[in-house]
Amino acid sequence: MSDALLSVEDLEVTFETDDGPLRAVSGASFSVDRGETLGIVGESGSGKSVANLTVLGLTRAPNTAISGRIMFDGRDLATLPAEELRRVRGNDIGMIFQDPLTSLHPFYKIGRQLAEAINAHRDVSDNEARERSIELLGLVGIPEPERRLSQYPHEFSGGMRQRVMIAMALINDPKLLIADEPTTALDVTIQAQILRLIAELQERLGMAVILITHDLGVIVQVVHRVNVMYAGRIVEAGTLDDIFYDPQHPYTWGLLGSLTRIDRARTSRLSQIRGQPPSLIAPPQGCHFRPRCPHAFDRCPETPPLEARSGSPGHLDRCWLEPEEKRVVRITSSGEIGLEAREGVRA
Amino acid sequence: MLRYIVRRVLWGIALLFITSAVIFLIFNILPSADPAVLRAGRNAGPQQIAQVRHTLGLDRPIYVQFADYMRAVFLHFDFGYSYQYNYPVRALIFQRLPATAFLVAGAVVIWLGIGLPTGIVSAVKRRSLLDRAMMATSLALISAPVFWLGLVLLYLFAQDLGRFPIFPGQGAYAEATTFFGRAEALILPWFVLAAASAAIYARYLRSSMIDVMAEDYIRTARAKGLPERTVIMRHGVRSAITPVVTLLGLDIGTLLAGNAILTESVFNIPGVGRLLLTSIERSDLTVIQGIVLFGAFFIITFNLIVDIAYAFLDPRVRYQ
Repeated sequence: MSDALLSVEDLEVTFETDDGPLRAVSGASFSVDRGETLGIVGESGSGKSVANLTVLGLTRAPNTAISGRIMFDGRDLATLPAEELRRVRGNDIGMIFQDPLTSLHPFYKIGRQLAEAINAHRDVSDNEARERSIELLGLVGIPEPERRLSQYPHEFSGGMRQRVMIAMALINDPKLLIADEPTTALDVTIQAQILRLIAELQERLGMAVILITHDLGVIVQVVHRVNVMYAGRIVEAGTLDDIFYDPQHPYTWGLLGSLTRIDRARTSRLSQIRGQPPSLIAPPQGCHFRPRCPHAFDRCPETPPLEARSGSPGHLDRCWLEPEEKRVVRITSSGEIGLEAREGVRA
Repeated sequence: MLRYIVRRVLWGIALLFITSAVIFLIFNILPSADPAVLRAGRNAGPQQIAQVRHTLGLDRPIYVQFADYMRAVFLHFDFGYSYQYNYPVRALIFQRLPATAFLVAGAVVIWLGIGLPTGIVSAVKRRSLLDRAMMATSLALISAPVFWLGLVLLYLFAQDLGRFPIFPGQGAYAEATTFFGRAEALILPWFVLAAASAAIYARYLRSSMIDVMAEDYIRTARAKGLPERTVIMRHGVRSAITPVVTLLGLDIGTLLAGNAILTESVFNIPGVGRLLLTSIERSDLTVIQGIVLFGAFFIITFNLIVDIAYAFLDPRVRYQ
């Protein structure tokens, strides 16, 4: 933790809606070290995007209440004045988004949009901005960068547009890149390219990366550590090995169980987690996963803290079950890790 | 692009032709006062009326009248003679056009100057007290009939009958001789004509702006650290203003076509709208026909300008 670049503590984000306060993030704590890649996994509405948009101050609005600390490079971004936070965005922290088709302004040429990102933070000449833009487009693997500068976004393919987004996010040499579902909207073959590109750039430039995704399969290729989020909370955090080989939270088991795998018999049905994620306006008392969990017992209405329970240092989870019980009940009838209530095996 | 423009111009001409045919038919098929009777005067006998009808060429078959008229218009730019004024229609319209154009131009400047900033501020400060106040005001302005608003402003501010005689009142335009005199006379009419449009444009831009500000590329603009001002003006307004351009083109076209009729009537401005009104009252077919054709011409022209402007505003639009 000593080398943490970003350290989020007890982050709460609540949106005031017509139906009442919606708590999108309730008490999330996570940190990223310099040069490290952290994966944040969770389904839509788990708060993973909101938490990271909040880091950049992009959720600040009159109807949003934000509390907690967001320490970045010695400063608390949660309380930083808007103008100072603006100078962090796109400069110290770059961000790319899910849909590259809609994330670039359709009316402006790529060159102009890139130059704008530089000029927002640096006083450079048009020529320098141009040189830097060409350099970055080359870096992210766009052929003929000079010619491409004078083209509009609609003249680029989806994968190429995401490369432009990455170039734009990295143009000021940020210390941290937040990638919010960067491959979700892309073809599978392109997905792999973009992930590899992010991993390569991460190594080359030595920046830290937060990779947000709903797909555990995406995470496995590039990240060092994983946070699993569910209904506004981090329910499990650990290394890639912790999460894949000794998962502690039933929700993580569900995620692992629903992965498509080529080493699994083709006849077996893809499993799913039953039920719907809870309403964030009126979440269940205690553990948020309780209503969907076949292993819930009488202690679950009490909120489990995020603690180290598995025995592996730094492997945290929010589940009351004893680690020994977990290692038994997470094995499904097919012998793999999954979320299933089996006869005779009860916590 | 050039081919597109040529095609559109040819279409425009065809449309003008069809418009005149429709007007001609409407006038001849639907009941209207007989121009010959009106022209001949109160005590005219049947013979005199027949004589007038013959002089005006109204006793010929409709298709002959129509063909003659079309030939004159398209080959000689001649719109015939007014039955009432006994004066060339083209000259009548050209005399009135500057007043209307001046009225419309000033009103456009005012409604854009008020409507656009209001819409932007309202969208950015959405749900604030300011937003609510501005939207309530705009609703009132849209609902206020032009003639009522005109009379209220005259009653309040006109130099001849107002409680606070600040601005020239009714009829001042016709009496004014200098450019500045005319401009001064148009201050109240400008605001009356601009009021509803300013309100409509404010609401239109507001909703368009609210949609745009929720776009992903606005989030990108913020994420790269642009100042909020730049995000709003260069990324937000730039996109939100595009549909407003369409609206503006259509509005200028219809106003020049005589749609300023109420404002011109209330303030006694000798423009195309008032000419149209008197011509309708007197069944002066050639004048009505001429004004409608001019109007159609303006509407078609401004539509074309809008479409061409679109190609420059939105790089994704390419005509062929």
